[in-house]
Amino acid sequence: MSHPAAAPETLLAAPDQATQSQIVDEIRARHAELDALDAAGERLGATAHDFPAYRSSVLRHPTKNPRLVDPETIELFSPAFGQRDVAAIESDLTLQHAGEPLGERMSVQGRLLDSWGRPVANQLIEIWQANSAGRYIHQRDQHPAPLDPNFTGAGRAVTNENGEYRFTTIKPGPYPWKNHRNAWRPAHIHFSVFGSSFTQRLVTQMYFPGDPLFALDPIYNSIHRQKDRDALVGVYDHDLTSPEWATGYRFDIVVDGADATYFEQEGDE
Amino acid sequence: MSAVPPKTHRATPGQTVGPFFAYGLEFPKQHQVAFPHSPGAIVLGGTILDGAGAPIPDALIEIFGADADGSVPRARGALRRDDHTFTGFGRAFTDDEGHFEFWTREPGGIGGRAAFYAAIVFARGLPDKLHTRIYVPGDDAALAADPLLTSLTPQERATVVATRTADGGLRHDIRLQGENETVFLAF
Repeated sequence: MSHPAAAPETLLAAPDQATQSQIVDEIRARHAELDALDAAGERLGATAHDFPAYRSSVLRHPTKNPRLVDPETIELFSPAFGQRDVAAIESDLTLQHAGEPLGERMSVQGRLLDSWGRPVANQLIEIWQANSAGRYIHQRDQHPAPLDPNFTGAGRAVTNENGEYRFTTIKPGPYPWKNHRNAWRPAHIHFSVFGSSFTQRLVTQMYFPGDPLFALDPIYNSIHRQKDRDALVGVYDHDLTSPEWATGYRFDIVVDGADATYFEQEGDE
Repeated sequence: MSAVPPKTHRATPGQTVGPFFAYGLEFPKQHQVAFPHSPGAIVLGGTILDGAGAPIPDALIEIFGADADGSVPRARGALRRDDHTFTGFGRAFTDDEGHFEFWTREPGGIGGRAAFYAAIVFARGLPDKLHTRIYVPGDDAALAADPLLTSLTPQERATVVATRTADGGLRHDIRLQGENETVFLAF
Protein backbone atom coordinates (compact mmCIF):
# COMPACT_ATOMS: atom_id res chain seq x y z
CA MET A 1 0.00 0.00 0.00
CA SER A 2 1.39 3.35 -1.04
CA HIS A 3 -0.29 5.37 1.65
CA PRO A 4 0.66 4.89 5.30
CA ALA A 5 -2.24 4.54 7.71
CA ALA A 6 -2.72 7.33 10.22
CA ALA A 7 -3.54 6.52 13.83
CA PRO A 8 -7.33 6.82 14.08
CA GLU A 9 -7.31 9.22 17.04
CA THR A 10 -5.12 11.67 15.11
CA LEU A 11 -7.86 11.96 12.49
CA LEU A 12 -10.47 13.25 14.92
CA ALA A 13 -9.33 16.88 14.91
CA ALA A 14 -9.99 18.87 11.74
CA PRO A 15 -6.75 20.57 10.62
CA ASP A 16 -8.22 24.04 10.06
CA GLN A 17 -10.10 24.49 13.39
CA ALA A 18 -12.57 27.03 12.02
CA THR A 19 -14.64 29.21 14.32
CA GLN A 20 -18.23 28.36 15.16
CA SER A 21 -19.48 31.37 13.20
CA GLN A 22 -17.56 30.24 10.10
CA ILE A 23 -19.18 26.81 10.41
CA VAL A 24 -22.65 28.32 10.76
CA ASP A 25 -22.02 30.46 7.65
CA GLU A 26 -20.95 27.35 5.74
CA ILE A 27 -24.06 25.47 6.90
CA ARG A 28 -26.33 28.27 5.72
CA ALA A 29 -24.58 28.59 2.37
CA ARG A 30 -24.77 24.86 1.70
CA HIS A 31 -28.44 24.75 2.72
CA ALA A 32 -29.15 27.56 0.24
CA GLU A 33 -27.46 25.53 -2.53
CA LEU A 34 -29.40 22.40 -1.67
CA ASP A 35 -32.70 24.31 -1.39
CA ALA A 36 -32.08 25.72 -4.88
CA LEU A 37 -31.53 22.20 -6.25
CA ASP A 38 -34.77 21.12 -4.56
CA ALA A 39 -36.57 24.05 -6.17
CA ALA A 40 -35.13 23.04 -9.55
CA GLY A 41 -36.69 19.61 -9.13
CA GLU A 42 -33.50 17.65 -8.66
CA ARG A 43 -33.85 14.33 -6.83
CA LEU A 44 -31.88 14.81 -3.62
CA GLY A 45 -31.52 12.46 -0.69
CA ALA A 46 -32.58 13.75 2.71
CA THR A 47 -28.99 13.68 3.96
CA ALA A 48 -26.25 15.36 1.93
CA HIS A 49 -23.16 13.19 1.55
CA ASP A 50 -21.29 16.30 0.43
CA PHE A 51 -21.46 18.60 3.46
CA PRO A 52 -18.06 20.25 4.01
CA ALA A 53 -18.98 21.95 7.30
CA TYR A 54 -18.67 18.39 8.63
CA ARG A 55 -14.94 18.42 8.03
CA SER A 56 -14.18 14.70 8.12
CA SER A 57 -16.65 14.18 5.27
CA VAL A 58 -14.53 16.16 2.81
CA LEU A 59 -12.49 13.15 1.61
CA ARG A 60 -15.09 10.54 2.49
CA HIS A 61 -18.10 11.35 0.33
CA PRO A 62 -18.69 10.06 -3.20
CA THR A 63 -18.52 12.72 -5.90
CA LYS A 64 -20.72 10.83 -8.35
CA ASN A 65 -24.46 10.42 -8.01
CA PRO A 66 -25.50 6.94 -6.90
CA ARG A 67 -26.82 4.64 -9.64
CA LEU A 68 -30.56 4.20 -9.43
CA VAL A 69 -31.24 0.45 -9.66
CA ASP A 70 -34.15 -1.85 -9.03
CA PRO A 71 -33.36 -3.88 -5.94
CA GLU A 72 -33.14 -7.54 -6.81
CA THR A 73 -32.82 -10.94 -5.22
CA ILE A 74 -30.94 -10.73 -1.93
CA GLU A 75 -31.55 -6.97 -1.62
CA LEU A 76 -35.29 -7.57 -1.29
CA PHE A 77 -34.80 -9.55 1.90
CA SER A 78 -33.28 -8.63 5.21
CA PRO A 79 -31.24 -10.66 7.65
CA ALA A 80 -33.67 -12.38 10.03
CA PHE A 81 -33.55 -11.58 13.73
CA GLY A 82 -35.53 -12.73 16.73
CA GLN A 83 -35.42 -13.26 20.46
CA ARG A 84 -32.65 -15.77 19.87
CA ASP A 85 -30.46 -12.82 18.89
CA VAL A 86 -31.29 -10.37 21.66
CA ALA A 87 -32.13 -10.95 25.32
CA ALA A 88 -35.01 -8.87 26.71
CA ILE A 89 -32.73 -7.28 29.31
CA GLU A 90 -30.53 -5.75 26.59
CA SER A 91 -33.13 -3.02 26.09
CA ASP A 92 -32.52 -1.64 29.59
CA LEU A 93 -29.22 0.26 29.62
CA THR A 94 -29.55 1.01 33.33
CA LEU A 95 -29.30 -2.65 34.39
CA GLN A 96 -25.98 -3.62 32.90
CA HIS A 97 -23.80 -3.06 35.97
CA ALA A 98 -23.93 -3.59 39.73
CA GLY A 99 -25.13 -0.08 40.54
CA GLU A 100 -27.47 2.56 39.14
CA PRO A 101 -25.99 4.91 36.53
CA LEU A 102 -26.07 8.64 37.29
CA GLY A 103 -28.25 11.05 35.35
CA GLU A 104 -31.81 11.49 34.22
CA ARG A 105 -33.50 8.10 33.73
CA MET A 106 -35.63 8.08 30.59
CA SER A 107 -37.44 5.73 28.29
CA VAL A 108 -37.65 5.97 24.53
CA GLN A 109 -40.19 3.99 22.63
CA GLY A 110 -41.78 4.03 19.25
CA ARG A 111 -42.76 2.11 16.16
CA LEU A 112 -40.71 0.92 13.24
CA LEU A 113 -42.74 1.47 10.07
CA ASP A 114 -42.24 1.23 6.32
CA SER A 115 -43.06 3.92 3.79
CA TRP A 116 -46.69 2.77 3.71
CA GLY A 117 -47.07 2.95 7.48
CA ARG A 118 -46.99 -0.81 7.95
CA PRO A 119 -45.24 -2.08 11.08
CA VAL A 120 -41.88 -3.78 10.61
CA ALA A 121 -41.94 -6.73 13.01
CA ASN A 122 -39.05 -8.82 14.31
CA GLN A 123 -36.33 -6.46 13.26
CA LEU A 124 -33.22 -5.42 15.08
CA ILE A 125 -32.69 -2.01 16.67
CA GLU A 126 -29.30 -1.22 18.19
CA ILE A 127 -28.56 1.98 20.11
CA TRP A 128 -25.45 3.55 21.60
CA GLN A 129 -24.82 6.87 23.31
CA ALA A 130 -22.70 8.99 25.63
CA ASN A 131 -23.38 8.97 29.37
CA SER A 132 -25.09 11.80 31.24
CA ALA A 133 -21.81 13.74 31.31
CA GLY A 134 -21.40 13.55 27.55
CA ARG A 135 -18.63 10.94 27.63
CA TYR A 136 -18.51 7.85 25.43
CA ILE A 137 -16.99 4.70 26.84
CA HIS A 138 -15.03 4.25 23.60
CA GLN A 139 -11.29 4.49 24.24
CA ARG A 140 -10.82 7.12 21.53
CA ASP A 141 -13.06 9.49 23.48
CA GLN A 142 -10.59 11.15 25.81
CA HIS A 143 -12.32 14.40 26.73
CA PRO A 144 -12.22 15.11 30.46
CA ALA A 145 -15.78 14.29 31.47
CA PRO A 146 -16.24 11.41 33.90
CA LEU A 147 -16.94 7.85 32.85
CA ASP A 148 -19.75 6.23 34.79
CA PRO A 149 -18.79 2.77 36.06
CA ASN A 150 -22.46 1.82 35.98
CA PHE A 151 -23.15 2.86 32.40
CA THR A 152 -21.87 1.44 29.13
CA GLY A 153 -24.41 3.09 26.84
CA ALA A 154 -25.25 0.31 24.36
CA GLY A 155 -28.52 -1.59 23.98
CA ARG A 156 -30.49 -3.78 21.59
CA ALA A 157 -34.11 -4.69 20.99
CA VAL A 158 -36.15 -6.64 18.48
CA THR A 159 -39.44 -5.06 17.40
CA ASN A 160 -42.64 -6.88 18.37
CA GLU A 161 -45.44 -7.89 16.01
CA ASN A 162 -46.71 -4.28 15.93
CA GLY A 163 -43.26 -2.93 15.09
CA GLU A 164 -42.89 -1.49 18.59
CA TYR A 165 -39.69 -1.16 20.60
CA ARG A 166 -38.80 0.35 23.96
CA PHE A 167 -35.52 1.22 25.68
CA THR A 168 -34.78 2.42 29.20
CA THR A 169 -31.65 4.52 29.48
CA ILE A 170 -30.07 7.69 30.86
CA LYS A 171 -30.41 10.96 28.98
CA PRO A 172 -27.07 11.61 27.24
CA GLY A 173 -25.21 14.87 27.72
CA PRO A 174 -23.94 17.12 24.90
CA TYR A 175 -20.57 16.01 23.57
CA PRO A 176 -17.54 18.15 22.62
CA TRP A 177 -15.69 17.20 19.44
CA LYS A 178 -12.91 18.57 17.25
CA ASN A 179 -14.66 19.46 14.00
CA HIS A 180 -13.95 23.12 14.74
CA ARG A 181 -13.11 25.31 17.71
CA ASN A 182 -15.50 24.91 20.63
CA ALA A 183 -17.61 22.37 18.75
CA TRP A 184 -20.39 20.60 20.65
CA ARG A 185 -22.80 17.96 19.44
CA PRO A 186 -26.43 18.25 20.55
CA ALA A 187 -27.33 15.39 22.91
CA HIS A 188 -28.22 12.35 20.83
CA ILE A 189 -28.75 8.61 20.83
CA HIS A 190 -27.41 6.64 17.84
CA PHE A 191 -29.96 4.27 16.29
CA SER A 192 -29.20 1.39 13.92
CA VAL A 193 -32.23 -0.23 12.33
CA PHE A 194 -33.02 -3.05 9.89
CA GLY A 195 -36.15 -3.02 7.74
CA SER A 196 -37.80 -5.88 5.88
CA SER A 197 -35.43 -5.47 2.98
CA PHE A 198 -31.68 -4.77 3.08
CA THR A 199 -32.26 -1.60 1.04
CA GLN A 200 -34.14 -0.17 4.04
CA ARG A 201 -31.15 -0.34 6.37
CA LEU A 202 -30.87 2.85 8.42
CA VAL A 203 -28.35 4.33 10.83
CA THR A 204 -29.40 7.63 12.33
CA GLN A 205 -29.41 9.73 15.52
CA MET A 206 -32.28 10.75 17.78
CA TYR A 207 -32.11 14.23 19.29
CA PHE A 208 -34.00 15.94 22.12
CA PRO A 209 -36.57 18.74 21.79
CA GLY A 210 -35.38 22.33 21.91
CA ASP A 211 -31.64 21.68 21.95
CA PRO A 212 -29.81 25.05 21.71
CA LEU A 213 -26.99 23.37 19.75
CA PHE A 214 -29.11 22.42 16.72
CA ALA A 215 -28.25 25.46 14.59
CA LEU A 216 -24.53 25.05 15.34
CA ASP A 217 -24.12 21.38 14.49
CA PRO A 218 -22.90 20.35 11.02
CA ILE A 219 -23.96 16.72 11.44
CA TYR A 220 -27.60 17.47 12.32
CA ASN A 221 -27.54 20.03 9.50
CA SER A 222 -26.22 17.61 6.90
CA ILE A 223 -30.01 17.19 6.46
CA HIS A 224 -31.00 20.38 4.66
CA ARG A 225 -34.81 20.32 4.97
CA GLN A 226 -36.25 21.39 8.32
CA LYS A 227 -39.05 18.84 7.98
CA ASP A 228 -36.53 16.01 7.70
CA ARG A 229 -34.44 17.30 10.61
CA ASP A 230 -37.58 17.49 12.74
CA ALA A 231 -38.13 13.77 12.17
CA LEU A 232 -34.97 13.08 14.18
CA VAL A 233 -36.14 14.90 17.29
CA GLY A 234 -37.76 12.63 19.85
CA VAL A 235 -41.10 13.85 21.17
CA TYR A 236 -41.53 14.31 24.90
CA ASP A 237 -44.71 12.46 25.87
CA HIS A 238 -45.97 12.87 29.40
CA ASP A 239 -48.14 9.78 29.01
CA LEU A 240 -44.92 7.77 28.62
CA THR A 241 -43.39 9.33 31.73
CA SER A 242 -43.57 7.11 34.82
CA PRO A 243 -44.21 8.77 38.21
CA GLU A 244 -41.06 9.14 40.29
CA TRP A 245 -39.17 6.94 37.85
CA ALA A 246 -38.39 8.11 34.31
CA THR A 247 -39.29 10.71 31.68
CA GLY A 248 -40.66 9.32 28.42
CA TYR A 249 -39.93 10.09 24.79
CA ARG A 250 -41.47 8.82 21.58
CA PHE A 251 -39.38 8.22 18.48
CA ASP A 252 -41.06 6.58 15.50
CA ILE A 253 -38.80 5.44 12.68
CA VAL A 254 -39.80 5.09 9.02
CA VAL A 255 -37.52 3.01 6.81
CA ASP A 256 -37.49 3.95 3.16
CA GLY A 257 -37.81 1.44 0.39
CA ALA A 258 -38.13 1.16 -3.33
CA ASP A 259 -41.59 0.26 -4.59
CA ALA A 260 -40.43 -3.35 -4.96
CA THR A 261 -40.24 -3.62 -1.17
CA TYR A 262 -44.01 -3.12 -0.97
CA PHE A 263 -44.66 -6.66 -2.15
CA GLU A 264 -41.78 -8.50 -0.61
CA GLN A 265 -42.84 -7.76 2.92
CA GLU A 266 -46.13 -9.60 2.61
CA GLY A 267 -44.68 -13.07 2.28
CA ASP A 268 -41.82 -12.41 4.66
CA GLU A 269 -41.99 -13.83 8.14
CA MET B 1 -48.16 -7.40 -10.36
CA SER B 2 -50.76 -5.03 -8.93
CA ALA B 3 -49.93 -1.37 -8.57
CA VAL B 4 -47.95 -0.07 -5.63
CA PRO B 5 -49.96 2.52 -3.72
CA PRO B 6 -48.32 5.88 -3.06
CA LYS B 7 -46.08 6.11 -0.02
CA THR B 8 -47.80 7.66 2.95
CA HIS B 9 -44.92 8.06 5.41
CA ARG B 10 -41.91 10.29 5.02
CA ALA B 11 -38.67 8.36 5.55
CA THR B 12 -36.55 9.02 8.61
CA PRO B 13 -33.24 10.46 7.35
CA GLY B 14 -29.90 8.80 8.01
CA GLN B 15 -26.98 10.26 9.94
CA THR B 16 -23.33 9.34 10.24
CA VAL B 17 -22.45 6.33 12.35
CA GLY B 18 -19.93 8.63 14.06
CA PRO B 19 -16.58 7.80 15.60
CA PHE B 20 -17.60 5.59 18.50
CA PHE B 21 -19.85 2.92 17.01
CA ALA B 22 -17.67 -0.03 17.96
CA TYR B 23 -19.04 -0.70 21.43
CA GLY B 24 -22.60 -0.18 20.24
CA LEU B 25 -22.56 -2.35 17.15
CA GLU B 26 -20.06 -5.10 17.93
CA PHE B 27 -21.26 -8.65 18.46
CA PRO B 28 -19.27 -11.88 18.85
CA LYS B 29 -17.96 -13.45 15.61
CA GLN B 30 -19.62 -10.65 13.66
CA HIS B 31 -17.43 -11.22 10.61
CA GLN B 32 -17.83 -15.02 10.67
CA VAL B 33 -20.82 -15.43 8.37
CA ALA B 34 -19.45 -18.93 7.79
CA PHE B 35 -17.40 -20.83 10.35
CA PRO B 36 -13.70 -20.42 9.43
CA HIS B 37 -12.33 -23.28 7.32
CA SER B 38 -15.69 -25.06 7.20
CA PRO B 39 -16.54 -26.58 3.78
CA GLY B 40 -17.16 -23.78 1.28
CA ALA B 41 -15.96 -21.02 3.62
CA ILE B 42 -13.82 -18.34 1.98
CA VAL B 43 -12.23 -15.09 3.11
CA LEU B 44 -13.69 -11.94 1.55
CA GLY B 45 -11.45 -9.01 2.43
CA GLY B 46 -10.43 -5.58 1.28
CA THR B 47 -9.54 -2.03 2.19
CA ILE B 48 -11.80 1.01 2.43
CA LEU B 49 -10.07 4.14 1.11
CA ASP B 50 -10.80 7.86 1.10
CA GLY B 51 -10.44 10.43 -1.67
CA ALA B 52 -6.72 10.86 -0.99
CA GLY B 53 -6.14 7.11 -1.19
CA ALA B 54 -5.69 6.85 2.57
CA PRO B 55 -7.17 3.83 4.37
CA ILE B 56 -10.17 4.59 6.57
CA PRO B 57 -9.64 3.08 10.01
CA ASP B 58 -13.09 3.88 11.41
CA ALA B 59 -15.47 2.45 8.83
CA LEU B 60 -17.74 -0.54 9.00
CA ILE B 61 -19.11 -2.73 6.25
CA GLU B 62 -22.04 -5.11 6.30
CA ILE B 63 -22.73 -7.86 3.80
CA PHE B 64 -25.81 -9.96 3.13
CA GLY B 65 -25.47 -12.80 0.66
CA ALA B 66 -27.22 -15.89 -0.61
CA ASP B 67 -26.01 -19.35 0.29
CA ALA B 68 -23.85 -21.30 -2.14
CA ASP B 69 -26.91 -22.81 -3.80
CA GLY B 70 -28.46 -19.39 -4.41
CA SER B 71 -31.03 -19.71 -1.63
CA VAL B 72 -31.79 -16.63 0.46
CA PRO B 73 -30.89 -17.23 4.12
CA ARG B 74 -33.94 -16.84 6.36
CA ALA B 75 -32.42 -18.26 9.56
CA ARG B 76 -32.15 -16.10 12.64
CA GLY B 77 -29.19 -16.06 14.96
CA ALA B 78 -26.54 -13.83 13.33
CA LEU B 79 -25.96 -12.12 16.70
CA ARG B 80 -25.62 -15.46 18.53
CA ARG B 81 -23.70 -17.52 16.06
CA ASP B 82 -23.88 -21.27 16.60
CA ASP B 83 -21.07 -21.90 14.07
CA HIS B 84 -23.21 -23.86 11.64
CA THR B 85 -26.42 -21.93 10.83
CA PHE B 86 -25.91 -19.74 7.76
CA THR B 87 -27.65 -16.37 8.21
CA GLY B 88 -25.89 -14.67 5.29
CA PHE B 89 -25.30 -11.53 7.34
CA GLY B 90 -21.99 -10.21 8.60
CA ARG B 91 -20.52 -7.00 9.93
CA ALA B 92 -16.85 -6.01 9.96
CA PHE B 93 -15.05 -2.97 11.30
CA THR B 94 -11.97 -1.75 9.46
CA ASP B 95 -8.73 -2.06 11.38
CA ASP B 96 -6.09 0.64 11.71
CA GLU B 97 -4.96 -0.12 8.14
CA GLY B 98 -8.48 0.32 6.78
CA HIS B 99 -8.78 -3.43 6.19
CA PHE B 100 -11.90 -5.53 6.67
CA GLU B 101 -12.34 -9.26 6.45
CA PHE B 102 -15.21 -11.76 6.45
CA TRP B 103 -15.36 -15.50 6.55
CA THR B 104 -18.35 -16.33 4.39
CA ARG B 105 -19.66 -18.54 1.63
CA GLU B 106 -19.61 -17.64 -2.01
CA PRO B 107 -23.19 -16.84 -2.99
CA GLY B 108 -24.78 -18.77 -5.82
CA GLY B 109 -26.69 -16.84 -8.47
CA ILE B 110 -30.40 -16.51 -7.77
CA GLY B 111 -32.60 -17.55 -10.71
CA GLY B 112 -29.60 -17.66 -13.08
CA ARG B 113 -28.60 -14.08 -12.36
CA ALA B 114 -25.10 -12.90 -11.55
CA ALA B 115 -24.20 -13.58 -7.93
CA PHE B 116 -23.30 -10.74 -5.62
CA TYR B 117 -23.12 -9.77 -1.99
CA ALA B 118 -25.29 -6.80 -1.06
CA ALA B 119 -23.00 -4.47 0.89
CA ILE B 120 -23.44 -1.31 2.93
CA VAL B 121 -20.65 1.00 4.09
CA PHE B 122 -20.79 3.31 7.10
CA ALA B 123 -17.97 5.48 8.48
CA ARG B 124 -17.12 8.39 10.66
CA GLY B 125 -17.17 11.34 8.25
CA LEU B 126 -19.69 9.65 5.97
CA PRO B 127 -22.99 11.52 6.57
CA ASP B 128 -25.19 8.58 5.50
CA LYS B 129 -24.93 4.91 4.49
CA LEU B 130 -23.70 3.82 1.07
CA HIS B 131 -25.12 0.78 -0.69
CA THR B 132 -23.06 -1.16 -3.20
CA ARG B 133 -22.69 -4.70 -4.56
CA ILE B 134 -19.75 -7.04 -4.55
CA TYR B 135 -20.12 -9.35 -7.55
CA VAL B 136 -18.46 -12.75 -7.60
CA PRO B 137 -16.08 -13.11 -10.57
CA GLY B 138 -16.02 -16.18 -12.84
CA ASP B 139 -19.46 -16.64 -14.38
CA ASP B 140 -18.79 -14.42 -17.39
CA ALA B 141 -22.12 -15.12 -19.07
CA ALA B 142 -24.15 -14.14 -16.02
CA LEU B 143 -22.00 -11.07 -15.40
CA ALA B 144 -22.35 -9.99 -19.04
CA ALA B 145 -26.14 -10.19 -18.74
CA ASP B 146 -26.42 -8.29 -15.48
CA PRO B 147 -28.46 -5.07 -15.86
CA LEU B 148 -26.31 -2.97 -13.53
CA LEU B 149 -22.97 -4.17 -14.87
CA THR B 150 -23.96 -3.66 -18.50
CA SER B 151 -24.82 -0.03 -17.69
CA LEU B 152 -21.29 0.67 -16.41
CA THR B 153 -18.03 1.54 -18.11
CA PRO B 154 -15.29 -1.10 -17.79
CA GLN B 155 -13.58 1.11 -15.21
CA GLU B 156 -16.75 1.46 -13.14
CA ARG B 157 -17.53 -2.22 -13.51
CA ALA B 158 -14.19 -3.11 -11.97
CA THR B 159 -15.18 -1.27 -8.79
CA VAL B 160 -18.04 -3.68 -8.05
CA VAL B 161 -16.58 -7.03 -9.15
CA ALA B 162 -14.32 -8.78 -6.64
CA THR B 163 -10.94 -10.27 -7.53
CA ARG B 164 -10.09 -13.91 -6.95
CA THR B 165 -7.11 -14.41 -4.65
CA ALA B 166 -4.51 -17.14 -5.08
CA ASP B 167 -5.95 -19.13 -2.17
CA GLY B 168 -9.48 -19.09 -3.59
CA GLY B 169 -10.83 -16.18 -1.56
CA LEU B 170 -12.08 -12.82 -2.75
CA ARG B 171 -10.51 -9.39 -2.50
CA HIS B 172 -12.50 -6.23 -2.90
CA ASP B 173 -11.42 -2.67 -2.12
CA ILE B 174 -13.91 0.15 -1.74
CA ARG B 175 -13.05 3.77 -2.62
CA LEU B 176 -15.42 6.35 -1.22
CA GLN B 177 -14.11 9.12 -3.48
CA GLY B 178 -11.74 9.98 -6.29
CA GLU B 179 -10.34 8.10 -9.22
CA ASN B 180 -11.89 4.64 -9.40
CA GLU B 181 -14.57 5.69 -6.95
CA THR B 182 -16.76 2.68 -6.17
CA VAL B 183 -20.16 2.65 -7.83
CA PHE B 184 -22.76 3.19 -5.11
CA LEU B 185 -26.46 2.53 -5.47
CA ALA B 186 -29.80 4.17 -4.82
CA PHE B 187 -33.03 2.19 -4.95
